[in-house]
Amino acid sequence: MANGEPLLRVESVGKEFFGNRVLADVDFSLGHGEILGLVGENGAGKSTLMNILFGMPVIASTGGYEGRILLDGKEVKFSSPFEAIDAGIGMVHQEFSLLPGFTVTENILLNRESTKYNPLVEVFGERIRTLDRQGMKKRAEAAISEIGFSIDTGTFAAEMPVGHKQFTEIAREIDRLNTKLLVLDEPTAVLAESEAEILIQSLRNLSSKGISMIFISHRLQEILDLCDKIVVLRDGRIVKETRPSDTDIFQIASHMVGRNVEASSASRPSRPDTEAILEVDKLWVDMPGETVRDATFSVQRGEIFGIGGLAGQGKLGIANGIMGLFMAGGSVSVKGLVIKLNDPAHSLSRDMAFVSEDRRGVGLLLEESIDWNIAFTAMQVQDKFVRKLLGGLVKWRDDAAMRAATQEYIKLLDIKCTSHKQRAVELSGGNQQKVCLAKAFVVGPDILFVSEPTRGIDVGAKKLVLDTLRKVNEERGTTIIMTSSELEELRSVCDRIAIVDNGRISGIRPAAAPATEFGLLMMGSEPAVAGSDVGGGDA
Amino acid sequence: MIDMKDNIKHFLISNSVPIIFIALSAFAIPLSGFSYGYLVQEMLTRLARNSFLVLSLLIPIMAGMGLNFGMVLGAMAGQIGLILVTDWSVVGIPGLVLAAIISMPIAAVLGYVCGNVLNRAKGREMVTSYILGFFINGIYQFVVLYLIGIKGMLRIPFTGMDIRIPVTNPQLVLSRGYGIRNAINLTGLRHALDNAFQFNVPFGSAVIDIPVSTYALIAFFCVFIVWFRRTKLGQDMRAIGQDMAVADSSGIAVERTRIIAIVISTMLAAFGQIIFLQNIGTMNTYNSHDQTGMFSIAALLIGGATVSKASIANVFVGVTLFHLMFVVSPMAGKELIGQAQLGEYFRVFVSYGIIAVALVLHAWKRYQERERSRRGLRGEA
Ligand SMILES: Nc1ncnc2c1ncn2[C@@H]1O[C@H](COP(=O)(O)OP(=O)(O)OP(=O)(O)O)[C@@H](O)[C@H]1O
Ligand SMILES: [Mg+2]
Repeated sequence: MANGEPLLRVESVGKEFFGNRVLADVDFSLGHGEILGLVGENGAGKSTLMNILFGMPVIASTGGYEGRILLDGKEVKFSSPFEAIDAGIGMVHQEFSLLPGFTVTENILLNRESTKYNPLVEVFGERIRTLDRQGMKKRAEAAISEIGFSIDTGTFAAEMPVGHKQFTEIAREIDRLNTKLLVLDEPTAVLAESEAEILIQSLRNLSSKGISMIFISHRLQEILDLCDKIVVLRDGRIVKETRPSDTDIFQIASHMVGRNVEASSASRPSRPDTEAILEVDKLWVDMPGETVRDATFSVQRGEIFGIGGLAGQGKLGIANGIMGLFMAGGSVSVKGLVIKLNDPAHSLSRDMAFVSEDRRGVGLLLEESIDWNIAFTAMQVQDKFVRKLLGGLVKWRDDAAMRAATQEYIKLLDIKCTSHKQRAVELSGGNQQKVCLAKAFVVGPDILFVSEPTRGIDVGAKKLVLDTLRKVNEERGTTIIMTSSELEELRSVCDRIAIVDNGRISGIRPAAAPATEFGLLMMGSEPAVAGSDVGGGDA
Repeated sequence: MIDMKDNIKHFLISNSVPIIFIALSAFAIPLSGFSYGYLVQEMLTRLARNSFLVLSLLIPIMAGMGLNFGMVLGAMAGQIGLILVTDWSVVGIPGLVLAAIISMPIAAVLGYVCGNVLNRAKGREMVTSYILGFFINGIYQFVVLYLIGIKGMLRIPFTGMDIRIPVTNPQLVLSRGYGIRNAINLTGLRHALDNAFQFNVPFGSAVIDIPVSTYALIAFFCVFIVWFRRTKLGQDMRAIGQDMAVADSSGIAVERTRIIAIVISTMLAAFGQIIFLQNIGTMNTYNSHDQTGMFSIAALLIGGATVSKASIANVFVGVTLFHLMFVVSPMAGKELIGQAQLGEYFRVFVSYGIIAVALVLHAWKRYQERERSRRGLRGEA
């Protein structure tokens, strides 16, 4: 370690994607053991900057970058992530890179497995060494406990809740002994607050051991809590570099978007009671990490119904169970008719749609254009955007209608893109998310389940997303059931909120009820009135 | 319980191919009128004959490269070894070992070429290796038809240099002096491995021969595969099989590993072809290898394997079911239709039908599985 020389220096780095400039003149430096918080709107260029640093092939294949990057005072230009790893850089990507059929242990130790000698090694070389399963298990457990978390190391990645996947990814970077710089691209976006706290604490530990970090997040409070230094990107340029002690959330937010950000809007006016559209009775759902044991509630037509609660208590399991994605039992009826559980096609056919919390990468046809992504499901299920001739004998795509609908949502949700024909893979993480939501809105179901709708969305755009949810609810009468780990978000859009604790509904309150009451419900202490949570005209 | 029903349904769907073939055999066996002793003997012989070839397909599947239609390259290499050994009149086990020693480097080179080509056609490995098989078949025919012959029969014009790989045994060569005959009698090699250590067990009124030495080799190979899965190389192949991009970003040498998978498979196929032909005893120079490829792949599919998942159990179940159908269908056809000729057509029809059915069922199953995993993963909206 050279004296006084920072670990990392980024000098006037810039990047263009086919004439579309996304980064310009980025300069910053990072000392040993320092944590740098990188913030900016969706599409500001954060992930792109990190991809450059990590030598991701997508950068070279789109024309490389400008400027210089110095690690320990020496210029580096990685042509593959492998070189970056060799140089001591670890990265947790915004998209998961876990192998679904591998266990936690196998994923953490991917390509760094512990092995044992056998005589055949003399003939065929090192790669024919046998795996030391015992040793691997120990190392994986050590890495996980270093984060301060516990996961069964034998679980397959495909069967884990998102939060656990994230910890597995981080444990993978921690197991690397030579990691000097850890890049974390929105590691907390998929975590519930309590999980995020565990993670933040463990990152602090790591940095006290001398590991430097670049930490990207849209949760500004985390940035203030964790980081030593904050860099704000707007439209690919650094607009502010500051220290947490010199600033606050509102300042950062306004630097990000370039104007003042309004605090979240007031809660909804109360609405008259209507008949129940969805009745859930003694629902259980076997979703790993989010087990629902016994949930009973009903949702009124035209309502925005919130489901909240702490991580791992089962709030995410409810929508997944009703939509047939995980094994479930009990009874669920829609508009008075009991639906078949465990049959996703059936649930979809009953005019319900679902935007899942686990949609990074899997919810979109990444190689297809934005308009195609937005219109596809509606076209498949409902014959929307299809023009018929000769009484339906000839059908063709109504491109004009598709374009109009896409452009409407691009505007409403402020999807940052070059045109409606841009491929989804080229969008930033937050903007992909918005496309997922638009897709569900276009289908226009009677009942829409959305889980964690603002995850990975920047402070400015969060309001747009919530406003759009409201607009859909008001203009089309869509009943919305929104699951979120952010209580404030639920309180700002919902009519009523159910809190899930230990797989059961611990209470349902109007959104206007005081925050402390919800807090108590989350801790599992239902203040007095038991069983009042079915239906009920909360005013 | 819904739980149980779903599990049973999934079990039936994922094993639909072997189940259909079990049902077909249950129907055809009584019709054919064969005795059980005879069928057991046939199955034991055919398992010994074919298992090694089918096992050679497992490793590329593990590496996510699908069914290695390129295994015919290995089969060709094995045949070249056998031709030369027959010409040199090396017989018995030493002959087989020598044939293997000759064919291994040829198979390795062919496998290397094949692996390199497949690396340029990621995601389209099966069709590419199938076509590559045709291409290499052309080269093989050129070599066997023109470049092998009696010394001095064809010289490069003006130089007087012999361009032929010399053989001395005129029985192997076409009457014109070069080019290998279509049917070669592997007299000295016939059953060399099978008879090395054979065991007779009484079965009802019949006596059944069990080629223990061949089975020992197959067992050894199965152990090898199980062990191989636990090596670092095997783990890397599994990783690549699941997601090439993730494996790549973790620093696994994806292309190199894929080449290794194909090289191993091709070399093993060469070995398998030698075992196969020593049991048959005669070699069809120009089509033995083609049949090998098609039949091995069909057998594996019938055993319930998929393009992306195959186990040792699939191999043995598949070989047994496939050959059971093979043995009983002509007789069953004759019984049904009453004519010997039609029985023969029936045999051809069934054997090719089997392949077609297996591939179609397999495509349908893949569609089903995709639906299942898609629903599991993605919030459909
Ligand atoms: N492969 C690509 N081809 C073309 N444009 C791209 C590509 N990748 C990213 N972009 C564009 O670069 C810009 C910056 O994207 P980037 O992913 O860096 O944003 P981000 O700051 O990480 O946003 P988010 O908070 O939403 O993750 C976006 O406008 C995006 O459309
Ligand atoms: Mg990003």
